[in-house]
Amino acid sequence: MNIYADNAATTKMSKKAVSAMMPYFEELYGNPSSLYSAGQRAKEAIEEARETIAGIIGASAREIIFTSGGTESDNQAIMSAAANGKRQGKYHIISDAIEHHAVLHTLKKLEKEGFEVTYVPVHKNGIINVSALEKAIRDDTCLVTVMYANNEIGTVQPIKKISEICRRRGVVFHTDAVQAVGHVPIDVNDLGVDMLSASAHKFHGAKGTGFLYVRRGVRISSFIEGGEQERGRRAGTENVAGIVSMGAALKEVAADIDKNVPRITALRNRLIDGLSEIPHSALNGDREKRLPGNVNFCFEGIEGESLLLLLDDKGISASSGSACASGSLDPSHVLLAIGRVHDVAHGSLRLTLGEDITQKEIAYIIKSVKEAVEYLRGFSPVWNDCVSGKSKFIL
Amino acid sequence: MALYSEKVMDHFRNPRNVGRIEDADGVGEVGNAKCGDIMKMYLKIENDVVVDVKFETFGCASAVASSSMATELIKGRPLSEVKKLTNKAVAEALDGLPDYKMHCSVLAEEAILSALEDYQKKTGKKI
Repeated sequence: MNIYADNAATTKMSKKAVSAMMPYFEELYGNPSSLYSAGQRAKEAIEEARETIAGIIGASAREIIFTSGGTESDNQAIMSAAANGKRQGKYHIISDAIEHHAVLHTLKKLEKEGFEVTYVPVHKNGIINVSALEKAIRDDTCLVTVMYANNEIGTVQPIKKISEICRRRGVVFHTDAVQAVGHVPIDVNDLGVDMLSASAHKFHGAKGTGFLYVRRGVRISSFIEGGEQERGRRAGTENVAGIVSMGAALKEVAADIDKNVPRITALRNRLIDGLSEIPHSALNGDREKRLPGNVNFCFEGIEGESLLLLLDDKGISASSGSACASGSLDPSHVLLAIGRVHDVAHGSLRLTLGEDITQKEIAYIIKSVKEAVEYLRGFSPVWNDCVSGKSKFIL
Repeated sequence: MALYSEKVMDHFRNPRNVGRIEDADGVGEVGNAKCGDIMKMYLKIENDVVVDVKFETFGCASAVASSSMATELIKGRPLSEVKKLTNKAVAEALDGLPDYKMHCSVLAEEAILSALEDYQKKTGKKI
């Protein structure tokens, strides 16, 4: 059995998205900035995708800027808000400890440039401490940036609540919604956010394409210097095929989202229940307030990379927050932020389900993970010390 | 290119000499769970020869493979040879390890040396 359970990393492109984009490589390859008809047809395709995407998230077309993906969208939103703050002498930004590196590393850069960043803590369930966030707002706060849903543990933040606070205090609010767009219904007006980042390849579009929603009236500056594309807000010849694929992909997932969310959520819960049967294991992140397809566990006494490779042998593609799996020395900053100690953070497993997941596949994943964990524990000195009573179980 | 060589994957999938020796003559444990790697080596020694060796490892695939390969390299060998085991020999026998995984082979070397030390302490013998 082959099961791709790493949809938070990337998704398989939908057939519709692929066929929609293909003509823009071979026949309609004109530059959208060119005035002759081949160029204008490419331009029309971009504008059509813009209308489609804007319509789905409740925005107007002028509020959508096409970028190279989630990372660029996050960078542009944050750097732009910081530049606006600088103009007004406001050098304070609020974020949280479990953001994606696209946000965290941009903030680190700003800290070096003289900005002060408050990282609001999250509760043990991975949900941000909203009252701490509210208290952190100061007169010189120029931006609050909090992700919609976490890429590792899937927790969905109270974005509406945060945007109400920000609006009341007159602070610009950006959300990195890369994991959420296409997976849960999103309406920017209902949410009240000022800026929102998204990435096409997380919802079956092409890689290298994303968008940034910027509410009308919020000042945004170009992040890449050059031509007048995107009304001067993002220079560089547009990724026409990618943008077209993004429009087609979002249209397709949005059409089925009301049907898919409850179905995937039910299968996710079945998977959580099945993996919870493994002794000395723990679900990471809130059980209810999480993305429909996200499951993330820590298993005591084993290391995540070994688990991933065993699962790969069984045909299951998954991910881990262990140091070895990430190629760094420390385990996931997200798992540490929700209070998992290093020892168990190394033994984490993330499974992110696609829309096509079946009950049979869920049963196979549960069986395979159980077998692999048991096998690795069989020769783990950490596990055996716990079993013999030499050391204490953490989970 | 794959992350690991075929040999690493073979030793990860079918680790040799896995387990414990209850009446081991020397036991060595190195690494810590905080860093994500622990190796424990058990040696059975007769007439200055490693007659049996077993290991337990908590860690990534290259840690498991390094332990497994190290046990193969020392099994049946005289202590005078075993004490000269290097991490390089372990890594080479595995057809190489990615740079950032070389520390796994270092741990394997250290675990064996630590088990030898334990043996010397217990017996008072000098190798």
